[in-house]
Amino acid sequence: MLTQALFRALDKKALILVAILILVAVAVPASNLLLPADNPFRLPNYAVPLFGKYLTYAMLALALDLVWGYCGILSLGHGAFFAIGGYAMGMYLMRQIGTRGVYANPTLPDFMVFLNWKELPWYWLGMDNFAFAMLMVVLVPGLLAFIFGFLAFRSRVTGVYLSIITQAMTYALLLAFFRNDMGFGGNNGLTDFKDILGVPVQATSTRAALFAASAIALALAVLACSMIVNSKLGKVMVAVRDAESRTRFLGYRVEYVKLFAFVVSAIIAGIAGALYVPQVGIINPSEFEPANSIEVVIWTAVGGRGTIIGPIIGGILVNVGKSYFTGAFPEYWLFALGALFVVTTLFLPKGIVGLIGQYRAATTKREQHDRDAPTPMQVEAGTDPQPNPAE
Amino acid sequence: MTGVNRAIAGLGLGVAMTMGAIAVPAVAQDDTIKVGVLHSLSGTMAISETTLKDTMLFLIDEQNKKGGLLGKQLEAVVVDPASDWPLFAEKARELIEVNGVAAVFGCWTSSSRKSVLPVFEELNSILFYPVQYEGEESQRNVFYTGAAPNQQAIPAVDYLMENAGVERWVLAGTDYVYPQTTNKILEQYLLDHGVAAEDIMINYTPFGHSDWQTIVSDIKAFGSTGKMTAVISTINGDANVPFYKELANQGIKAEDIPVIAFSVGEEELAGFDTTPLVGHLAAWNYFQSVDTPENEAFIAAWRAFMGNPDKVTNDPMEATVIGFNLWVQAVEKAGTTDTNAVLDAIIGLETPNLTGGIAKMLPNHHITKPVLIGEIQADGQFEVVSESDLVPGDAWSDFLPESKLIEADWTAPISCGNYNTETKTCGGDVAAVQ
Amino acid sequence: MAFSKILATLIILLGAVPAYAQLVDTELTSLIDALAPGSFKDREAAIGTLVATGDQRVVPILETLLEGELYFDEPSGKVVFTTQPGGKGDLTDPLTEAELAPLTGDNLEKVKVNNGLRRVLRTAIGQMTLLSENSSVRLSAAQSILRDADPAQLELLDSALAAEADPTIRRVMEQARAVIMLKSPDASITDKTAAIAVVQAIGGRDALNTLTTALASAPDELKPSIQSAIDGLARDQAVWDVAQNVWFGVSLGSVLLLAAIGLAITFGVMGVINMAHGEMVMLGAYTTFVVQEIIRQNAPGLFDWSLAIALPLAFLFTALVGVAIERGIIRFLYGRPLETLLATWGLSLIIQQAVQRIFTANIREVGNPSWMSGSFELGGLAITWNRFYIVIFAALVFVALLLVLKYTAIGLHMRAVTQNRRMASAMGIRTPLVDALTFGLGSGIAGLAGVALSQIGNVSPNLGQGYIIDSFMVVVFGGVGNLWGTLVGALTLGIANKFIEPYAGAVLGKIIILVLIILFIQRRPRGLFALKGRSIEA
Repeated sequence: MLTQALFRALDKKALILVAILILVAVAVPASNLLLPADNPFRLPNYAVPLFGKYLTYAMLALALDLVWGYCGILSLGHGAFFAIGGYAMGMYLMRQIGTRGVYANPTLPDFMVFLNWKELPWYWLGMDNFAFAMLMVVLVPGLLAFIFGFLAFRSRVTGVYLSIITQAMTYALLLAFFRNDMGFGGNNGLTDFKDILGVPVQATSTRAALFAASAIALALAVLACSMIVNSKLGKVMVAVRDAESRTRFLGYRVEYVKLFAFVVSAIIAGIAGALYVPQVGIINPSEFEPANSIEVVIWTAVGGRGTIIGPIIGGILVNVGKSYFTGAFPEYWLFALGALFVVTTLFLPKGIVGLIGQYRAATTKREQHDRDAPTPMQVEAGTDPQPNPAE
Repeated sequence: MTGVNRAIAGLGLGVAMTMGAIAVPAVAQDDTIKVGVLHSLSGTMAISETTLKDTMLFLIDEQNKKGGLLGKQLEAVVVDPASDWPLFAEKARELIEVNGVAAVFGCWTSSSRKSVLPVFEELNSILFYPVQYEGEESQRNVFYTGAAPNQQAIPAVDYLMENAGVERWVLAGTDYVYPQTTNKILEQYLLDHGVAAEDIMINYTPFGHSDWQTIVSDIKAFGSTGKMTAVISTINGDANVPFYKELANQGIKAEDIPVIAFSVGEEELAGFDTTPLVGHLAAWNYFQSVDTPENEAFIAAWRAFMGNPDKVTNDPMEATVIGFNLWVQAVEKAGTTDTNAVLDAIIGLETPNLTGGIAKMLPNHHITKPVLIGEIQADGQFEVVSESDLVPGDAWSDFLPESKLIEADWTAPISCGNYNTETKTCGGDVAAVQ
Repeated sequence: MAFSKILATLIILLGAVPAYAQLVDTELTSLIDALAPGSFKDREAAIGTLVATGDQRVVPILETLLEGELYFDEPSGKVVFTTQPGGKGDLTDPLTEAELAPLTGDNLEKVKVNNGLRRVLRTAIGQMTLLSENSSVRLSAAQSILRDADPAQLELLDSALAAEADPTIRRVMEQARAVIMLKSPDASITDKTAAIAVVQAIGGRDALNTLTTALASAPDELKPSIQSAIDGLARDQAVWDVAQNVWFGVSLGSVLLLAAIGLAITFGVMGVINMAHGEMVMLGAYTTFVVQEIIRQNAPGLFDWSLAIALPLAFLFTALVGVAIERGIIRFLYGRPLETLLATWGLSLIIQQAVQRIFTANIREVGNPSWMSGSFELGGLAITWNRFYIVIFAALVFVALLLVLKYTAIGLHMRAVTQNRRMASAMGIRTPLVDALTFGLGSGIAGLAGVALSQIGNVSPNLGQGYIIDSFMVVVFGGVGNLWGTLVGALTLGIANKFIEPYAGAVLGKIIILVLIILFIQRRPRGLFALKGRSIEA
C-alpha cells in the first residue's frame, strides 16, 4: 500500500523536483567545501546558510499549501508551528552551550541565570537529548495543530472565521513568548548557540551539512505531500476545498480529512522551523508575528497554490528578492514587496506556475490546437464554485 | 515537457542565477573605506532607528569633508534589516562578507544585538552599538557606546531619593529583557537602601500597549498614601505617547508623582504636547538642551545636513557620534582598518562628548559618560537639573548576585568578557578546560 | 518644619497689617534678583525670604516662576518678565511692570525650577493668596492647603476661615482643617473626633489614606470610630472601583468599536478582508495632524476647533482613498475574499511606506484641544474628558451608521446588494456604484476613527497595525455582517479585558482574551450574532 502510494507519488514532476533537490543538496555543499576560494563557481561561506534559510522557508510555504492549496483551509497562523519547531531546536541548542555561557552555569541558560532562576523549568528537561528534542520538534506542533484543528473542524469553523482564529492563536503565542516568565528568553529569544550534535554550529562543514539536511528534508516533504495529494485522500481534500458540504453529504468525514491535512502540515512546518534555527542562529517571538504568517500565505500565492512546486518557487523567490532589495534599495523595498502582492493577486491568481501554465496553454493552442489535456486554468475554471462570501 | 516541468527547470535556473548573482563577491574597492549602517528603516523600529542612519550619513559626510580617513574616502553601506531580528544577522553577514565593511554601526533593540553577536564573533568584525541597554554583556567585537544600567538607572534613583525624598516606587516597564533586568537591579538597590517591599510596585505591559487607564489609575492610588511616590518608567518608545497622554489627562502632576523615564527622549516628546507634563523627568547621558559649544556646533551642522531647522537630537545620536569618533581615532592610530589592530588601538582612546566631558573607551568596551537628569519642559526639551561626574560603564551589574563577581577586560593578560574575579578564570575558558 | 511655622506666623501678622508690609522697592528688587543665581537650594531660600515680606506684588513673580517663564539677564543678574512666553518679546520689570531696555547680546537665561521648587512655590502661593480678594484664587489656595495639609499652616487657615464667607471655599478650608487635625499630634480628642466625620464626608481614596495613616498614631479611644469610618469608606471605594472598571471597559470598548466599525462594513457587509483598514485609520490621524499643523501656523485661535475641522476632511479623504482602492483593486476580486486579504495587505505596506516617506517615521504631535484635556469627577469616578468624548463620538458614529443603512436610499441599496447581488442588479441597482460607495463609507468611518484615536495614542506610520488584529477579533466575535454584533463584541471585549487586567496583568490579560475568543468561536462558529440564511456554505 505504501509502496503503491509512493509509486503514484513519484510521477514525473515530483521525481524531477526531488532529483533537483538532491542535486542541490550535494552540489551546494560540494561547491562550498571542495572548490578553492578563487574558483568562480565556489559558493562563498555566507551564502550557504542563506540558501539553507530559503529552503526552510520554501518548506514552510509547502506546508501551508497542503492545507490551503489542497484543502481550502487558509491558516494565518502557520508561522506559529514553524516557530514552535524552531524553539524546540533552540532549546536543544541552548542546553548544548553548557558551561560556555557567560555565567558558566552548567544547566541553566544565561537568560535564566540573569533573571535569578534557580532551576530548570520542567519543559526544558530532556531537551539536551537530541533525539528527544527532535521528537518534540514533531510532536509539539503536531499536538497543537491536533487540538486546535479538532476543536475548530469539529464545530465547523470555516473560511474567514478559521483564518481569524488561527491569527488569534499565533498572536496569543506571540504575546506569551514575549513574557520573560514563560522561560523562553522573552523578547531576546534563544541565541548564541555553540554546538549541534557535538560539532560547532558555525563551522563551514556544519553549515554545509545543515544545508544538505534542509534540501533533503524539503525533498522528503515534497514526496510526502505529493503522496498525500495523489492518494484517494488527496482527492477528497480537493473535494473539501471545492465543495465542503457536498463532500460531507457524500458521506466523507470532512473534519477528519481536514484534521489530517492540518496536523501533517503543522509537522512539516515544525521541521522547517527546526532546520531554520541553527542556520539563522536565533529564534525569538517575532517569528510568531501575525505578519510573518501572512507573508507565508503570500509566498504560496506568488508561487502558485494548489501545486507542489508553486510554494517552493514562491518561498525562494520572494525571499531572494527580500534579501536583495533590503540591501540594494533599503528605502523603497516595501513598495516593491507591496506591489508584488497586489499584482500577484490581480493578475496572477494562479501564481507563477499558473503563468507558465497559461503560457503553455496559449502556445499549444496556437501550434497544435491540442485540447485533449485540460490546462490548469481550465481545470480551475471548471471547479471554481460559484462566488460565495465566505469561500 | 509539461508546464510544471518547465517550472521546475526554471526553479533550478533561478537558483543557479541567484547563486551567481550573490556569489560574486564585491571585492572591497581600494580607494574607499566602507562603513556598514545596520538600522531598521521600515517596521516598528523605524521610528527610532531611521535617525541614527541619517546621523551616520552625516558623520561620514563630515569626515570626508575633512579629507576622509587614512587618505581614503569613507563610503556608507546602508541596508534595511526591517525590524526583523533574524534579518539583522543576515544583513550583518552581508555587510561584512559581501561588502567588506571595516566596521558596522547599528542595532537598537537588545534582540537585534543578540542576533548579530555570533556573526561579528565568527567573522571577526566590529560593531558599535549606540543605545542604552541592560548590561550583562561584553563581547570582544562589540563596543557599547550607550549607557549601562549604572550610567542611567541607578543615578536616577539616587537623584529622586536625595532631591525629591521619594519613599515609594513604581517600576513600570514593557515586558522585555531591558526593563526586566533594570527593574531587577533597581529592586535590589532599593531594598538595600531600606525601602520596604510593599513600597515597591512592579508592573509590566506588552509592546505597543495603548490603553493605560487602569495602570495610571493604579499608580494614582498607589501614590495617594501620603508618602512621596515616583514612577520609574522603562516603557518602550511606542507605548510612551498614550502613557503620557493618560498621565496628563488623569492629572498626575510631576510635583506629586514624578515619572522618570529611561527611554523617552526628544524624539518621543516631539509626539505630544508636553505642557501638562512639565517637570516629569528623564535620565540620559545627553540632552539636546545641554549648553556647550560642541553641542551647539553639532546641532547646527546636523540641521544644515538634514535641511530641517527643527530637527531634534537625542542621546543615541550622541552615542553614535562618540562611537564613530573613537573608531576614526583608533583607525588613525592603528594605521589600518584591520579588526585586530583597531580592537587593540581603541582601548583607552578619548574623545570629547557633546556635553563638555570626555568619553573614554574602557577595557570592558563600555565608555565613560556623565549622567544627566532632565525635566520635561513645555517646548518638548529637557532642562538639566542634575549632572554627575563621568561614570565608567559597568558591563556586569554589582547588584545582581550572579554577575557581582564578573568583570570584563579586553586587555592583556585577561582578555575576557566575563572574567570571574573569584576563581580568576575566564567564564568561557573554564568550560573549555573541563 | 520650624521654618514654615515662623513663616506662617509672619504671614498672619503681615496679613493682619498689610500697610506695614510695603518694603522699599529697591530692597524688594534685590530680593527678587536673588532668585536667579545659585543652586535650587539657594533659590528655595530666596523664595522663603520673598514670601516672608508678605508683599502681594511678589505673587505674580512666583506664579511666573512656577510656569517656568521667569528670566534673568546673565551679566547683570537682573530678573525680568518677558511680554511673550518662551523668553520672547519685550522685557519688563517684574515689580513695576515698566519696560526695560532690550539686551544687546543673547544673554537672557531662564530661572530654573525643578519639582521640589514647584512644590515650594505652590505652597507659598497658596499661603500668600489664601486671603486674596479674588474668590477663585482663594479656592485654589485652599485646595493647595488641603493637598499639603501641613499642621504648620493651621493658624493661617483658622484666620482665613474666620474671614471666609463663600460656602464652597469654607468647605474646602474645613476639610483641610480636618485633615490637619488628624495629622497633628497636638490636636485635642474632640477636634479629632469632629475631624473624622469631616474627612469621611470627603470620601474617596485620599480620605481613606488620611484615615489609615491617622489610625496608626491615634489614641486608643479614637481607634474604633476611625476604623468604622475606614470601613465605610472602603466599602464605598470597592463599589466605585467596580464602576471605575466598567467605565474603563466601556472606554476601551468604544475605541475598539471605532476601530472595528468601518471594518464591520467592508468585511461584514461586503465580505472584503481589508487588511489596509488600519491604514485608513492611520490616514485619518495624519489628516488631523495636517489640519492642526495648518491651524498652528495660520490661525492658532482656531485650535480648539481643529478636530471639528479635521472630522469631515478625514472622512472625505479616506473615503476617496477607499473608493479608489475599490475601483482599482477590490472590484476585480469579488467572490474571492481571501485574495482581497493578500492584495490589501500589499496595499497596507505601500501606504505605510508612503506615509513614512512623506511624514518621516517619527511620531507626530496631535494635540488635545483644551476641552479634551484633563478630567472630571463623577461621584467616586475619575473620568478623563478625551475618553468621555470618544465614548460619545463612538456612540454617535454607530447610531449615524445605523440610520444611514436603515433610512437612506444608499443604505437600502447596500443592504439589497449584500443580500442578493444578482437580484439587486436585476432590480436596477447599479451594483458597482453601490460597492464603491460602501467601501468608501467603511473607509471614511475608519478615517473618523483615526481622528478620535489620534487623541489618545501615537500618530506614526505603524498606527494602523496596532488596531487591525483587535478590529478583526471584534468583528468576528460579534458576528460578521451585523453592526449590533460589532457593538456588543467591542463592549464585551473591552469590559472583559479591564476586569481581567487587575488580576492577570496587561500581558496575560490579553492572552486570556484571545484564548477565550478562540474557544468562543468553537461554540458559535458564526460569532455572537450569526446571520441566518438558507445557504449551506455561507
